Amino acid sequence: MIFVVYYSFTNELGNFTFSNFFDVGNYSRVFLRSIYLSILSTFVSLIIGFPTAYGISKLSPKVQRLFISALILQMWVSFLLTTYSLMTMMESNGIISKILTFFARNEISIMNTKSAVIIGSVYSSLPFMIMPIYSSISKINKDIIEAATDLGASKFTIFSRIILPMSKPGVVSGIMMVLSPNLSSFIFSKMLGGSENILIGEIIELKFLGSLYDPWTGSSLALVLVIFIFLFNSILISYDAKSKL
Amino acid sequence: MDDCIISLRDINVKFGDEVILDNLNLNILKGQFVTLLGPSGCGKTTILRLISGFLHPNSGSIFFENKNITHLSPHKREVNTVFQRYALFPHMNVFDNVAFGLVVSKKSEKEIKDRVNYMLKLVGLSNFSDRHIDSLSGGQQQRVAVARALANHPKVLLLDEPFAALDLRLKKDMQVELKKIQMQTGITFVFVTHDQEEALSMSDIVVVLDKGKIQQIGTPKDIYNEPSNAFVADFIGESNIIDGIMLNDYLVKMEGKKFKCLDKGFLKGEHVDVVIRPEDIKLVPPDSAHISGVVTSVTFKGVNNEIIADIDGFKWMIQTIENKNVGDVIGIDIYPEDIHIMKKSDYSSEVGDYSSFSDEFSSEEVNER
Repeated sequence: MIFVVYYSFTNELGNFTFSNFFDVGNYSRVFLRSIYLSILSTFVSLIIGFPTAYGISKLSPKVQRLFISALILQMWVSFLLTTYSLMTMMESNGIISKILTFFARNEISIMNTKSAVIIGSVYSSLPFMIMPIYSSISKINKDIIEAATDLGASKFTIFSRIILPMSKPGVVSGIMMVLSPNLSSFIFSKMLGGSENILIGEIIELKFLGSLYDPWTGSSLALVLVIFIFLFNSILISYDAKSKL
Repeated sequence: MDDCIISLRDINVKFGDEVILDNLNLNILKGQFVTLLGPSGCGKTTILRLISGFLHPNSGSIFFENKNITHLSPHKREVNTVFQRYALFPHMNVFDNVAFGLVVSKKSEKEIKDRVNYMLKLVGLSNFSDRHIDSLSGGQQQRVAVARALANHPKVLLLDEPFAALDLRLKKDMQVELKKIQMQTGITFVFVTHDQEEALSMSDIVVVLDKGKIQQIGTPKDIYNEPSNAFVADFIGESNIIDGIMLNDYLVKMEGKKFKCLDKGFLKGEHVDVVIRPEDIKLVPPDSAHISGVVTSVTFKGVNNEIIADIDGFKWMIQTIENKNVGDVIGIDIYPEDIHIMKKSDYSSEVGDYSSFSDEFSSEEVNER
């Protein structure tokens, strides 16, 4: 981290400079695209993850354990492996493309599109979204649900007035767990997004290890990204703290 | 049966093979403070859950104001519950907790405000409406739970061991306050507890339960003075339960001696259980006494001394203000009105003397269904 800061304020000769940050401006489009895509995929995984977590919490304890261990298992599988299998599925004769083609009745390939990047990051981040939400929902005491029923609340009211607000800490930490990796990840954009959908994470990788070798600008980019992530998280944390008071 | 608000008829509840309630019949009258009293697992909480609707009986039916509500879902019943662990909504402040039922039933904003403020005043928490639940003490949370349950104007308030988690002093205060609230509102209270002292001091009617069966229904005085069997006598307060034989009406033989009593209607020579409360036993000089024995232990209890005395091999408990020492020979006398005769029951053999005395049911039992 210290090296990142050091590099971002120096040039090739080791002199102090701000010029690296001017170069960052060149990548503002990539930055915006990264932010847009990561927010979108975080939102999609929230939309899918919340009902899933709620559904799991409604199952019998035995089945719940089964689902949770399946989720943990998916967390263990390497990102790279996930990506390769997604690639195979999304290729023009892969299963996802086939299904889409079947429904749309004409040839569709989602490989190398924004959708592919989103599917990739949603798939990999779902367990990280489901787990905290599930744990906060399952922590809600049965007594509290009964008390609400006893006071005349219907199932819908219980969901909207008790379960939804009480699972907010889970939702917030789910978003935190998912948003930052999505923002900085480069695997999915590289493997699934093609050259059209290059993301900031990928640029940084190329600055250090790839064809755009320039660790000084790379460091500045990384620093800006870290600041972004820090800002996002502190907004979320302060929101979470406020809701607790 | 006009003033009967809840009627349980021929209720059977089983969890698997375990019988929880065994053909139970119970009528609860409007405006009364009824306590369901019994040890853990006697089925008292089950009765409460039947009334609130969280549990349905395997057979039998439940009537509420002469309407069959056996299968009505809980949120449609005109009863509210104060839960054992309060079950307050942790994400809301005091006001919103109390207002919950009113908001759900879509009352006007002004009505909600008025009623919540009235309820908070009733439980003595007027200045707490903006406070967060976590910042309240156990006693305060308990008050919020009572206010929340009463805000809906239920016809019956169910209370499931609400004071189990409070310390003794707070418990006593809350008992007095709850009784006051019940008198003020005139709402029927059904109160569940395993604490016999609590039951006696608060209730109009006590229902003593054990093993899924009602053992006795009566006023606290009836229950204490005229227990219907050895279980009730043993569970409510302390009692010496002695084997006896009815010689005639008003005459019982126990410990080899004849005693006058006020009971009649038993067969001649019928074996009975004789109940004598420890505080009703008078100490007299041994030579002038009807029966006598040796002191085996003395415990100082503050208001009196608790003596365990061996009388012909049977250990009696005696509460007296006199000072005796272990080994002293004492004589005892019992007045006819202090002798209570009961028919033999299944419990007669179970409840023995005080030879292995411990504070059987006075320990806290918080976790139970």
